[in-house]
Amino acid sequence: MDQLGKYLNKTTDAAPLAVFRIFFGIMMFASILRFWLNGWIEKLYIAPKFFFSYYGFEWVKPLGDFTYLLFILCGLSALMVAIGYKYRIAIILFFLSFTYIELMDKTTYLNHYYFISIVGFLMIFLPASSYFSFDARNNPAKAFSKIPRWCIDSLKLLLGIVYFYAGLAKLNSDWLFRAMPLKIWLPSKYDLPLLGNLMQQEWMHFAFSWSGMLYDLLIPFFLLWKRTRIFAFVLVVVFHILTRVLFPIGMFPYIMIVSALIFFSAPVHHKILQFISRLFKIEKIKFDTGGVFRFSESRKKIITGVVGAFFLIQLLFPWRYLLYPNELFWTEEGFRFSWRVMLMEKAGYAQFKVVDPDTGRRFYVDNSKFLTPFQEKQMSFQPDFIIEYAHFLGEHFKDEGYGNIEVYVDSYVALNGRKSQQYINPDVNLLNFANSFRHKTFILPFNDEIKGL
Amino acid sequence: MKKISGILMILALVLVACSKDEPTGTVDPVDSSKNSFDRGEMLANWADNIIVPAFKNFKSSTQQLESKTSAFVQDPSEASLEVLRVAFRTAYIDFQTVSMFEIGKADQLNYRNYLNTYPANAANIDQKIASGSYNLELPSSFSEQGFPALDYLINGLGSTNAEILAFYTSDQNSANYLSYLEDVSKRMNSLTKEVNDSWQGDFRDTFVGNTSSSSTGSVDRFTNDYVMYFEKILRSGKIGYPAGAFTGEPSPQNTEAYYSNNFSKILYSKAVESVQDFYNGKHFNSNQTGKSYKQYLDYLDSMKDGANLSVLIDAQFNAIKEQAASLDASLKSQVETNNTRMLEAFDELQKEVILLKVDMMQALSISVDYVDSDGD
Repeated sequence: MDQLGKYLNKTTDAAPLAVFRIFFGIMMFASILRFWLNGWIEKLYIAPKFFFSYYGFEWVKPLGDFTYLLFILCGLSALMVAIGYKYRIAIILFFLSFTYIELMDKTTYLNHYYFISIVGFLMIFLPASSYFSFDARNNPAKAFSKIPRWCIDSLKLLLGIVYFYAGLAKLNSDWLFRAMPLKIWLPSKYDLPLLGNLMQQEWMHFAFSWSGMLYDLLIPFFLLWKRTRIFAFVLVVVFHILTRVLFPIGMFPYIMIVSALIFFSAPVHHKILQFISRLFKIEKIKFDTGGVFRFSESRKKIITGVVGAFFLIQLLFPWRYLLYPNELFWTEEGFRFSWRVMLMEKAGYAQFKVVDPDTGRRFYVDNSKFLTPFQEKQMSFQPDFIIEYAHFLGEHFKDEGYGNIEVYVDSYVALNGRKSQQYINPDVNLLNFANSFRHKTFILPFNDEIKGL
Repeated sequence: MKKISGILMILALVLVACSKDEPTGTVDPVDSSKNSFDRGEMLANWADNIIVPAFKNFKSSTQQLESKTSAFVQDPSEASLEVLRVAFRTAYIDFQTVSMFEIGKADQLNYRNYLNTYPANAANIDQKIASGSYNLELPSSFSEQGFPALDYLINGLGSTNAEILAFYTSDQNSANYLSYLEDVSKRMNSLTKEVNDSWQGDFRDTFVGNTSSSSTGSVDRFTNDYVMYFEKILRSGKIGYPAGAFTGEPSPQNTEAYYSNNFSKILYSKAVESVQDFYNGKHFNSNQTGKSYKQYLDYLDSMKDGANLSVLIDAQFNAIKEQAASLDASLKSQVETNNTRMLEAFDELQKEVILLKVDMMQALSISVDYVDSDGD
């Protein structure tokens, strides 16, 4: 306890956190802008008639045309974070608006978005505008060039968790011994210059699988250790650019690359800030007050408590899948929010059948009447989507005047190149099951075994 | 570790140096050394040996159809009507060999919708003929033209030949009937000419040259169309809707070629056969085969353990054909007398949809949707 107290009182240079804040804000602004310019707001949040909700967040829905305002709010708050103007309000607004956007439809769930949400949350509690910010310039009483050391360490820890857990998740027989799903994905990149033919080679699939696993597990330690840091950072750049070239993963590689800068020591960050200062003619020296930022005792208690609880959850949450029976990749119970990135090639087909037991009348549902192709694709292999959609169909057809109907699904799912097999018990009326965090007994058992974590 | 990541790093640097962000429209086809599958060759086989000859053949069928229609319009008689009906049947069968190729010009034109939206809207057709004013180029008139409209006009106006002929000879609107009939025929031929011309012209090279692996590459685009055709047009259109699979109420009026005698099953069988032949890379009107999905899956399967997908898919096509043997020559009367058979046909087709849409597309690493959103 004494040591912890000592640690919490240690201070360090504020520059790395300032650089992190600037790059994070800019990256987020660019992401929102890109999202808008790609027409995805319309396509993903305005056009669909139905949205898949996270359990407990059914009240979070797109706001019609006001959804654009939400994105504007999110983009502007990201910019305010970048320049450090009214930072506390800006980062809270950013966290809330971004998280709201992500909660609107789980069809678009990506680990990257979750990462951004929790970084946003953590940053609410960090004094990221103490240095090199508009806030610090406008109010010298709030300008500090030293901050508690744990503030920077917490970001390193979060990045470390993301990488390390992503590495742990790769310790399974499909990834390591069948080179799946890379064996499916890489050959389809046959038209890459020079690499196209290599992508067809089986040893390449294994080389990519194993080096990817080792990279994820080891990179946090290489970044922490001063002697390997530069080498590790080069690896970070290479790895993420490679994934950018091979897979459609948007802004994420760039976000991870700039985030990894946090591992470098303060002089590097001062150089970056000097460069920015020259660019925008900022008198950087003004910020070097030598002042030390300290939380008031009461605040410190609350904030370290919140941050401590946050990390405890981060460390434990990915293991919740152990509470469920059956194969995780198959049931996906406890799959999300656990840094299980690029682990599966999974596809499905779900044909819903509505039955009126009173009249014996039965018919299939044309999914395209209710879902976008993207939603249908995501729904077809994820049980929580299937049950939610089944209830939606039940309501829909009851509103259309059908009486006491039942909803069944004929669904097939293929996982990591295995032949498709029936996924949901076709004989159960899905309306008899409420969506919940409990194990979904209507999922049929997986015909194979995937060993490992 | 260092060694592996060293290799990885060098590879990546080379790659980054060589790759550009711009979409790669026309990359040289991958060289066909022993360990790769040449998609360019597959596209060439599709175009040169299947699609282009099929359209060329269909073009001559619609040409015939137009000239037989004109002959009938010049001289409406029972004899010329029979000749027209033969041309109609030939063309409708041939259409089943091209309907799945809704890409390029056909896609732009909405070709399939103009040629074969059924059931025909008989009431609208009657009304437009009566008024004498119509515009077949409007998308709202899909169900008033093409094969289903022709079917109605030459088979469905009356129950006997004499009754039908009367509309073209003695009816007060007979001139309107004749010109509507001719306009429908002409439009089918001119639309087909446009599509055929584009394949004879630049589009063949555009199609074959676009070997990109992105979602805009020919293989990805076409495969999406092909599977969509099988699911929506063949399974749902020819069997599902008449059988009432989506409503619970059998609807015989939704069968293809509703007014023709014992014709719908021939069309269904021809469509299944064409899709299967395409899958196997079988050249149009020939027993020779070239590269197609089957060969591609064999190549990919050779690297993967597990089920032999390429064989399963072909076997399922055969199962569909086998089931079709038990269907009535008229799917309309099949729906009316024993709809269970129709639903059985639907189930067999459904199994193939799963194999194509889930297993094959996964094996080929082609994504089913066109949404270009980010992945993990």
